[in-house]
Amino acid sequence: MLDALTLTLIGLGLGFFAAGSVGLIRFPDSPSRLHALTKADNLGLGLIALGLAFQVPDLGSLLKLLLVWALAIFSAGAAAQLVGRVAVEPDDGLPDSTER
Amino acid sequence: MATPFDLALSLLVLVIAAFAVLGRHGFMAVVFFITFGLLLALAWLRLDAVDVALAEAAIGAGLTGVLLLVARSRLKALEPPLAPAPHPVLRAGAGVGAAAVTTGLVLAIPALPLSTGLQAEVMEQLPLTGTDNPVTAVLLNLRGWDTLLETLVLLAALLGVWTLAREIDWPGRAGRAHRTRPDGVLAQFGRVLPPLALVIGVYLVWVGGHRPGGAFQGGTVLAAAWIVTVMAGLLPAPRVDDRTLRTALLAGPVAFVVLAVAGLLADSVLVFPPDRAKLLLLGLEALLAVSIAATLAMLVFGAPEDRSGRDP
Repeated sequence: MLDALTLTLIGLGLGFFAAGSVGLIRFPDSPSRLHALTKADNLGLGLIALGLAFQVPDLGSLLKLLLVWALAIFSAGAAAQLVGRVAVEPDDGLPDSTER
Repeated sequence: MATPFDLALSLLVLVIAAFAVLGRHGFMAVVFFITFGLLLALAWLRLDAVDVALAEAAIGAGLTGVLLLVARSRLKALEPPLAPAPHPVLRAGAGVGAAAVTTGLVLAIPALPLSTGLQAEVMEQLPLTGTDNPVTAVLLNLRGWDTLLETLVLLAALLGVWTLAREIDWPGRAGRAHRTRPDGVLAQFGRVLPPLALVIGVYLVWVGGHRPGGAFQGGTVLAAAWIVTVMAGLLPAPRVDDRTLRTALLAGPVAFVVLAVAGLLADSVLVFPPDRAKLLLLGLEALLAVSIAATLAMLVFGAPEDRSGRDP
């Protein structure tokens, strides 16, 4: 039962990753590509982590899994913001100086 | 046992490596190199070599990737004239030579004697080494000589980078100044990540005593914490003549050399007495982690540069 749940969630997560990858390749400009990529990262990885959460042997592993997911979301979000700004406006010397 | 996953992974590693080498665009080559490192880490993981996987992901993909990216942007700023293509005969010769070496290596693989390596010998000596992690036992005790030289190589690399500084910039703060908006995403990133990275880095060093981890993996994470803080503009890079920095750079290698000499006086070079090995190894690993973190971070920061200019 748990295995079926894990498989379903991971399958869904992989689906998001596949869709995100297709979007990354097919979408015409940087903002839409980032849109595709961040959706895949956040939702896809979240679903995979949730699926794996049903397989962990103890609470410590569960917390580690949670930490991995949170860190990945955090860095992906920050990276996407930075890439987005560079893409929207040319670099004027400050890495995130185009924030308004 | 090769599963379809392992076969696909091996194939992917080869394809990505080819892209990294054959790509004409420098930036793409670096991106493929980083991807190559991450996939290679996955491959090491499949081989149950968690220590190597950690090191490959942290140093091979992460830190080397950053170094290559910085180097590429610096090279681009120099706008070098296009080098003339080498003579066709030279290129053909290089190709034939590389193909011959590859063929020789491939042919040699089936001729390798079936061996389990030195695993049994290491496991036999493990109780005497002062650690429960066989990889740490090999790196710091049984083959400590190699690791000592590795730390010296890191120091030599940093000296090489420092020799690139101009006379008028020496001794200043390492690298260029990083300015970011105080309320920007990067500054926020730099405030949240380093505390977490500090905990993870220290944990990796500590856990190296009995599970995968150690000075190189933990030190790289600690270096990353420092690099992020500096890149986010929250802390200035240290001056290259800062005494604390110099001490941090030298602590590990000096402790290693002292232990080697002490061992020489008592018995033989780099021999740890089994009853005190655990304490010695733990101390050595901690100091090495500090030195590795400081050296790797200083490598990324670079030589002191003119900080008055517009360039960030």
